Amino acid sequence: MNPMRRSLAAALAVIVLKPFAALATTWNKEGFGAKTPADALKTLGAANPVASKDLLIEAPQIAENGAVVPIEITSNIPGTTSLAVLIDKNPFPLVGKFEFMEGALPFVKLNVKVGESSDVRVIAEAGGRHYVATKEIKVTIGGCGG
Amino acid sequence: MAAGPMKMRATLNGGVTDVRVLITHPMETGQRKDPDGKLVPLHFIQNVTVKLNGRTVVESQISQGISRNPVFTFRIKGGAKGDRIEVSWIDNHGETNKTETAVA
Repeated sequence: MNPMRRSLAAALAVIVLKPFAALATTWNKEGFGAKTPADALKTLGAANPVASKDLLIEAPQIAENGAVVPIEITSNIPGTTSLAVLIDKNPFPLVGKFEFMEGALPFVKLNVKVGESSDVRVIAEAGGRHYVATKEIKVTIGGCGG
Repeated sequence: MAAGPMKMRATLNGGVTDVRVLITHPMETGQRKDPDGKLVPLHFIQNVTVKLNGRTVVESQISQGISRNPVFTFRIKGGAKGDRIEVSWIDNHGETNKTETAVA
């Protein structure tokens, strides 16, 4: 490659790659690509979370439509900085991680897809420790029960 | 369906600002087939950011497991009427959008 072509290639690389660099944000590719809850938890540094009653999950016991299942999560654990949500039996269990700062309360309400009846698992991070709570959701797609 | 407009409401209730945001987005899982039997490619939002008066208060990472046309509610302590709330998102194609509103 002569110098001219090399600089042209370099310029092209900058043009092509720059938008991605500018838009790059944190996204846990490994965690979201994990196919088991255990693997996803490892990427969160939460392999062995402690069960907590101060982590509240509000979700329907029975969801008629698994495509839109509303879940409301509140952490009453002091110093909670993040909440992660996993649907144990989904093909990719980890569905979201929310980090709270500057006065945001450790609360989130969201709609998730639940492929089949499954536990919802929520992980809270507080003071460098991880806490967990779970709740079962039954999905009755097509009225086949669950 | 392509990504479309957003709707947002921010209301102050007893010292806590409730931020409710709706994002128009297909959130394709990459596993659904179109009527011709072809797989619809993976297309989903990866990051949602909430800012209060320009300061980031919530930083989220999400997957295709979030429902189509996502709706989120967040709560921020210490907001005041007229404060600016901004919510922005970016998806796996690099598409992005944002909306801004004043706390009411």
